[in-house]
Amino acid sequence: MTDIIRLTAADTAAKIATGELTAVQVAEAHLARIEAVDEKVHAFLHVDREGALEQARAVDAKRERGEPLGPLAGVPIALKDLFTTEGIPTTVGSKILEGWIPPYDATVTRRLKEAGLVVLGKTNMDEFAMGSSTENSAYGPTGNPWDLTRVPGGSGGGSSAAIASYQAPLAMGTDTGGSIRQPAAVTGTVGVKPTYGGVSRYGMVAFSSSLDQGGPCARTVLDAALLHEAIGGHDPLDSTSIDAPVPPVVEAARSGSVEGMRVGVVKQFRGEGYQAGVVQRFDESVELLRELGAEVVEVDCPSFDLALSAYYLIAPSECSSNLARFDAMRYGLRVGDDGTRSAEEVTALTRAAGFGDEVKRRVMLGTYALSSGYYDAYYGSAQKVRTLIARDFERVFEQADVLVSPTTPTTAFAIGERADDPMAMYLADLCTIPANLAGNAAMSLPCGLAPEDGLPVGLQIIAPAMRDERLYKVGAAVEAAFVERWGHPLLEEAPSL
Amino acid sequence: MTATTDLVPYEEALASYDPVMGLEVHVELGTRTKMFCGCSTELGAPPNSQTCPTCLGLPGALPVMNATGVESAIRIGLALHCEIAEWCRFARKNYFYPDMPKNFQTSQYDEPIAFNGYLDVQLEDGTTFRVEIERAHMEEDTGKSTHVGGATGRIHGASHSLLDYNRAGIPLIEIVTKPIVGAGERAPEVARAYVAELRELIRALGVSEARMEMGQMRCDVNLSLMPKGGDKFGTRSETKNVNSLRSVERAARFEIQRHAAVLRSGATVVQETRHFHEDDGSTTSGRVKEEAEDYRYFPEPDLVPVAPSRAWVDELRGSLPELPLQRRNRLREQWGVSAHDMQSILNAGAIEPIVATIEAGADSAAARKWWMGELARHANEAGVEPGALPISPEQVARVAVLVKEGSLNDKLARQVIEGVLAGEGGPDEVVEKRGLKVVSDEGALAAAVEEAIAGNAAIADKIRGGKVAAAGALVGAVMKATRGQADAARVKELILQKLGVGES
Repeated sequence: MTDIIRLTAADTAAKIATGELTAVQVAEAHLARIEAVDEKVHAFLHVDREGALEQARAVDAKRERGEPLGPLAGVPIALKDLFTTEGIPTTVGSKILEGWIPPYDATVTRRLKEAGLVVLGKTNMDEFAMGSSTENSAYGPTGNPWDLTRVPGGSGGGSSAAIASYQAPLAMGTDTGGSIRQPAAVTGTVGVKPTYGGVSRYGMVAFSSSLDQGGPCARTVLDAALLHEAIGGHDPLDSTSIDAPVPPVVEAARSGSVEGMRVGVVKQFRGEGYQAGVVQRFDESVELLRELGAEVVEVDCPSFDLALSAYYLIAPSECSSNLARFDAMRYGLRVGDDGTRSAEEVTALTRAAGFGDEVKRRVMLGTYALSSGYYDAYYGSAQKVRTLIARDFERVFEQADVLVSPTTPTTAFAIGERADDPMAMYLADLCTIPANLAGNAAMSLPCGLAPEDGLPVGLQIIAPAMRDERLYKVGAAVEAAFVERWGHPLLEEAPSL
Repeated sequence: MTATTDLVPYEEALASYDPVMGLEVHVELGTRTKMFCGCSTELGAPPNSQTCPTCLGLPGALPVMNATGVESAIRIGLALHCEIAEWCRFARKNYFYPDMPKNFQTSQYDEPIAFNGYLDVQLEDGTTFRVEIERAHMEEDTGKSTHVGGATGRIHGASHSLLDYNRAGIPLIEIVTKPIVGAGERAPEVARAYVAELRELIRALGVSEARMEMGQMRCDVNLSLMPKGGDKFGTRSETKNVNSLRSVERAARFEIQRHAAVLRSGATVVQETRHFHEDDGSTTSGRVKEEAEDYRYFPEPDLVPVAPSRAWVDELRGSLPELPLQRRNRLREQWGVSAHDMQSILNAGAIEPIVATIEAGADSAAARKWWMGELARHANEAGVEPGALPISPEQVARVAVLVKEGSLNDKLARQVIEGVLAGEGGPDEVVEKRGLKVVSDEGALAAAVEEAIAGNAAIADKIRGGKVAAAGALVGAVMKATRGQADAARVKELILQKLGVGES
C-alpha cells in the first residue's frame, strides 16, 4: 500500500493501463492513507469514499472491456473546495456555504471525470481563497506535512498538504495571487498557475474574476503537465477562456532542458524580508541553471514594487461584488429568518455570521475602493499599475525566455504566527502576484531546504502568457538536476506521518 | 391621492415654466435565449422553470454573451442614428435586491454600445419633433418579486415574498434621451409620441414585440421645470415604470402641474422617484434620493469587451428596414388619410394589423374601419393591443370581404367578429354556427315586406303619399321580422317598389 501512494501520477496511470494495478486498488490505498493521516493533517473538508470507488470501478470496467484509457485514467485527485462538484458539498472554506450541494459540476470537475480521474474529495482552503496560510478556513487550519505546527501556505494549503502527505498524487488548486504556487513552495511540491484563460473558471467559486486561475498541484513536473493538459483548453462557458489549443506542456515536461535559454533574474525579488536560506537556495538554483546551459541575465521590473498594493485594491474590489450573491436568499446559510425580519435584515445577519474576518475586511476594502469619488484614485490607479506591470513583463521577456525568483520570501511560518497581522500575511505573495496581474504563466517547484529551519524552498519560474510549455521545459530540467544532486525527490526528506 | 397633492392648472403652469424631460425606456429583446445563458425567454412558464446556474447566480457560474442580443442592440442604435462603439464593455451595477440573483446587474456604464442619436417623432398636427438620444445600452433584466400578504402587492406589510427568476437575465436595451427642451405645452404629447414612435421602431426592427402591457417595454419619465425662458434645469423627479402610452402622457402632465405647484409655493422640488397610479393619473412619492445611490460600477471582468467590426456594423446598417415614420408617410398617402388619423392609428397600435388585413384581401377603408372601431374597442376593454386580440388579420379581411359581397351587413359582421373573438371559430364557421347570413332569398323578403305593409297601413299610405322618409319604420319592421339578417338597403328598395314610389 505504501508503495502505491508514493507512485507518481504518471506511473500510477501506466500501471493501471497495463493491469498491474486496478483503479480500485489505487483508490483504496489513498482512502486508507487519508483515514490514517488526515486527522493530523486536516487537508480534506470532505472525502467522497463511495463516489471515488465508483469512479475507480468504472475505469477498471472500461479497461476490462478493452476501451482506451486516458493518460491519467484511474489516478486519484483532490479538489480545492471551490470547484463545484455535483452532489458533493462545496463550501469554499466558508460557513456561508455550509451544507450547499451544488447542482452542477465545474468544467474542471467535468473534464477530470471524463478523463477518468478519481475524485477523492474536497480540500481545505482559506475562506473564499483569501489568505496565505489556510488559517482563514472556517473549518480549522491544515498542518504542513513537514511540520504540523506550521502552515501549508494558502489559500490552497489543503491541496498541497494532501499531495505532500501522499493522500493524493494530484490536486487542483486556484491561484489569484499565489494560492497554488506559495503552498507548493512551502510544502516541497510542484504548483502551476497557467496563463489566465488557459483553464476554465466555470464552476470555480469566484474570488477575483480577473485574477483567478485554476491549475495543477503535483509532486513532479511531469504529473503537473499531465493534469494541466487534462483540464486546459477552451470552454464555451467561460468567455475569458482562451480559444486556442493547450500549449504542449506534456511534451515539454518530457524533454526538460534549459540549454541555450535566456533566464531572467528579477532584480526586485530580493532584499529586505527575504529569509537567508531562501535566498541561498535561490542563488544555488540560478547557478544550477547556468551549469545546465542557460544564459542568466538580470532584469529590472520597477513596477513590481507596486504590485502588492494594486493587488489589494483589485482583488478586494472584485470580491466585494462577487460575494454580494451570498445573501441567504437562494442557497447556503440563512440566519435570523424567524418571520419577523425583513429580507435585508436576514441578509445582513447571515453575512455577519457566515463570513470570516478576512473576507469581511476585503469586502469592506473593495466596497470602499469602488465607491464613487474614490474609484479613480483606487480601482482606477490599480488598473493603471496593472498595465505598467504587464509592460514590464513585455519588455523583460524580450531579454529573457523565462524569469525566475524565489516563490515566497520565507519558508512555512508557524500556525498563528501571522494570523493577527494581515500585512505580514500579504507579504507571502510578494513574488507571485505580478504574474496574476499580468496574466502570465508561472510555476513553483522545490529547490531544496532552507538550512536554518530545514523547510522546503520554492523556485518560481514565470513564462509569457500562452507559453506555459516553457515552465515545464525549464522545470523538468531543474527538477531532474536537483533529484540527481539530492539522490531522491525532496519530499522523501519529509518526516513520516 | 390627487386630493393630497397640490396642482396648478396646466395652462397656468406652462405660462410660468418650461418643462424639461428625460425619457428612459427599457425594451426586453425578443431573443430566444437569455442575455448571458442558454435559458429560454418564453413568457408564461411555471416560476423558476427557465433558470440555470448562471441566471440564478449560483457560486461559480459565469456569463456568456448572447450574440443576437448584441446584434439587436446595434440595430436599435443604428435605427436611432447613433454612433456605434468600436469597443465597449459591460459593467457591474452593484446593489442588493432579492430578485437580483448576483446582487449586481450586468449592464453598461460609461461605455454604451450606441450613443449620440435622434428619433424624429410626429405630433398630432403632423409636425415633426426631433428627440435627441443620449445612449442605448445593453443590460439584463432582474427576476420578479411577488409580495404576499400585504396591501396591493406592495412589499410594505407583506408577510413574505415569492421570487421568480425566469425573467432574470432576459436581455434589455435601455434607451436614454438627452434632455428634451423646447416642447413647452406639448411636452406630454412629445413624450407619448416618442414612446409610440420608439415602439414602432423596435417592432419594425423585429427585435421585440415591445408590448407595454406585458412589460416588454417600460418607461421612466424624468421631469423638471425651469422658469420660462431660463436655461438652468430644475430638480427632477423620476416617475418609474409608466407602462402605457396614455400613462406616459398623463404622468408628464401631472408632474408638470405638481412641480409648478411646489415651485409656486416657494418650496423646492425633492429629487425622488415617484410611482404612477393608473386609476387617477397621479404620482406619489417613492424613494427619496437624498444620497445619490452608489452603484460602484466597474468593468465586468467575466466578459470580454464587445468590439463590433465596422464591416459588420455597415452590413447591419445596410439591412435596416424602412423606418416607421417613412413607412407611415407612405401608407398615409396610399390610404389617403390625414396626419391626425394616421396618428390615431399609430396610437391605437393598429398599423400592423391594418397592413396585414389589407394584404389579406380587404380594402383599406374596411380594414381601417374594423381595426379602429369594433376591434379597438375590444382591445381597449381587454387592455391589450389590437394585434393581441384572438382574431387574425386574415379573419378580419374575410369579414370585410363578406360585407363587400353583401353576405353580411355591418351589424351581422360585428356579431361575426364577436364570435371569432369568443373562440367560436373563423368567420365562416361563426356565420354557419350562428346562422348569420343576410336574407337574400327574394321570395322570403318579399313576403316579409308585404306583411310589414299590411300591418302598418297608415305608414304605407304616407309613403304612397310621397313621404319616403317614413319608409324607415317599415324597414325596421322587416329587419325585426328577419332578426336583422336582411340587407336593409335592399329591403327599402323592395318597400318603395311595392308601394310604387320612386326614390329619386
